[in-house]
Amino acid sequence: MLSRNSTRTAQRLLRAAAQPQQRLNVARGFASVGEAPTQSVQSDLFKPTKYGGKYTVTLIPGDGIGAEVAESVKTVFKADNVPITWEQIEMSGLREATPTGRTEEKFQEAVASLRRNKLGLKGILHTPISRSGHQSFNVALRQELDIYASISLIKNIPGLKTRHDNIDMCIIRENTEGEYSGLEHQSVPGVVESLKIITRAKSERIAKFAFSFALANNRKKVTCIHKANIMKLADGLFRGTFNRLAKDYPQLECNDMIVDNASMQCVGRPQQFDVMVMPNLYGGILSNIAAALVGGPGVVPGCNMGRDVAVFEPGCRHVGLDIKGKDQANPTALLLSGTMLLRHLGLDDHANRISNAVYDVIAQGKIRTPDMGGQATNQEFTRAILASMEKAL
Amino acid sequence: MLALRSIAAPVQRQTWRAAPRAAITLSIQNQRLYSSQERVAKFNGKQDAQGRYTVSLIEGDGIGPEIAVAVKDIFAAAKTPIAWEPINVDPILKDGKTAIPDAAIESIKKNKIALKGPLATPIGKGHVSLNLTLRRTFNLFANLRPCRSVAGYKTPYDDVDTVLIRENTEGEYSGIEHVVVDGVVQSIKLITREASERVLRFAFQHARSIGRKKVRVVHKATIMKMSDGLFLTVANQIAKEFPDIEFDAELLDNTCLKMTTDPIPYNDKVLVMPNLYGDILSDMCAGLIGGLGLTPSGNIGDECSIFEAVHGSAPDIAGKGLANPTALLLSSMMMLRHMDLNQYADRIEKAAFATLAEGKALTGDLGGKAKTNEFAAAIIEKL
Repeated sequence: MLSRNSTRTAQRLLRAAAQPQQRLNVARGFASVGEAPTQSVQSDLFKPTKYGGKYTVTLIPGDGIGAEVAESVKTVFKADNVPITWEQIEMSGLREATPTGRTEEKFQEAVASLRRNKLGLKGILHTPISRSGHQSFNVALRQELDIYASISLIKNIPGLKTRHDNIDMCIIRENTEGEYSGLEHQSVPGVVESLKIITRAKSERIAKFAFSFALANNRKKVTCIHKANIMKLADGLFRGTFNRLAKDYPQLECNDMIVDNASMQCVGRPQQFDVMVMPNLYGGILSNIAAALVGGPGVVPGCNMGRDVAVFEPGCRHVGLDIKGKDQANPTALLLSGTMLLRHLGLDDHANRISNAVYDVIAQGKIRTPDMGGQATNQEFTRAILASMEKAL
Repeated sequence: MLALRSIAAPVQRQTWRAAPRAAITLSIQNQRLYSSQERVAKFNGKQDAQGRYTVSLIEGDGIGPEIAVAVKDIFAAAKTPIAWEPINVDPILKDGKTAIPDAAIESIKKNKIALKGPLATPIGKGHVSLNLTLRRTFNLFANLRPCRSVAGYKTPYDDVDTVLIRENTEGEYSGIEHVVVDGVVQSIKLITREASERVLRFAFQHARSIGRKKVRVVHKATIMKMSDGLFLTVANQIAKEFPDIEFDAELLDNTCLKMTTDPIPYNDKVLVMPNLYGDILSDMCAGLIGGLGLTPSGNIGDECSIFEAVHGSAPDIAGKGLANPTALLLSSMMMLRHMDLNQYADRIEKAAFATLAEGKALTGDLGGKAKTNEFAAAIIEKL
């Protein structure tokens, strides 16, 4: 179907192979900041696994709509002859999905695979509410692999009308500490303490990441979101660290805002925000508010960056159990996260072709999934993307 | 009901009740046990010889005095049976801690109700915000934040009518923080059964009193399994006492997403949640309808309740007669309803919303040109 394309791809790969380190370094540039300067440049280079001209990428479809949208991504990537081999891991946070209680084993398998491949594409795993249930695998995975920075790209998609226009912001969220430290205890029955941990090292790391990200992506302003008026020590440390480091980046406009005000401004005047950086919980809240402004979790891509591993997942993390198996899911978020992965690898042409096709189908407005106000199924939407890609050749 | 419960499980009850009281709730003197029949935080102020209730009035800083005048004028025109008792809450230092003058405390304790304008929080180390001090002094455990779209002020969201109740005394704002080693800070979120029970019961009773059939708890118990888990467990227990109210729970992420996408489905519900989530979401809801200048707020406690405007003191326009008194006026109507003076509240509310909808006498922040007193006069005319 896309034979012409595959020769081009092969040529490009040859060219890429000639100077891979450089290109990757550029793509990786913003992700490898904030580390000790003693580390040699060489060890900082990002080296994903690549055998026989193909990258191996861990694919964790996740629960809910995960399997369906992952299938769409595989189909679209295959059609474009993307040089990626998927290493698929079927792990689940649902009890009924793993009646044998092998969730822990699967989790270890996923961690090992991600360590090996250094790259992952992931849906969202379900987390039970009950106290006897397991800890969130999503959080555990991020902590285990130290993928500390979560990025959600919130941008109006052309043609998809929402209540607000001209939104283009980026939410960077600390992923490994804060309220999600998982440290809780019951002092006496009926009195529970939950610890929020903020450290200077991790605050520095995420702030530097945000500044470097802003510079690498040509952004002008970085806003630190906090609640330092109440949590004077914890959020005070976060904000203080941000302000101290901001002095090293005079080319960026830096300010800070209290989280309740930020969420109010977000629904009122979201255009004022550019890059935002914040501790864990506020990131969860604001990424949801912001996602709603541009069309919901189905259209917001994102990724999680660590020092060694990068995992790409939808930027607004919803499992979507309610529409599981109904073929109604919107694969846009995972597809766009996938194109972020391609750009991360330096495969920009593949990324552009796929994202152009996705945007094209949405802009035409004839075939859309229900969350975007259409009636098409996930499969119909995917087929429309394939058709658009073929037409563009 | 109460007796029955304590007979059923006397040992258990005594042990868990005695311990936390001694350990952590020393400062809270007004603990009560409620049965489901008794109304939480019922107003029991006394009328004076003329049949009026006395209300402590904290005018506040900046634009505070101007908007207070507007409210007083409107109240006088509506012939509400309220006598105002102005009090001063300029902070004093007592044993090195920020405190409120004794006269102010006496006044509020006597009247059991207060209306408060915006207060400027002094910036600098060692100052606890006055709002927080008031909350702690009077143990105002619930923050009630309704948000209703104002006809005449266009935002991307129409017909919003949400009611949020926020636990006001503990959670993330417990104020327990410490530096473990240099560069590592622990901040403790405290959730207790007692405080959760109290605010949840208030939420259900409030839902009943404003005629809403659904109460929804917002939580993040997937991550904070024990603390938010406790809040959720208590909610499930309290819900059984209110069979006429439908109860459910929603994950914080979903609430944020759905409310911002479309707030209308929340118009028939009362949302109740721990401190931080309530803080963020109530301001977010205010954003939906156009900002803090249009939202009332009530701090409900066992002994006294304080109703307030939550916006800033706007020192830049203070004294110029440009301020918008809507938030304080809406808060004062909430106050009237809390005092069971519903008919006055309804009348003033009708006049106020009609004036806003008409759009002739709007203040600058709503895109009009009217002065504070012109806006108040327009409302008085409608009365």
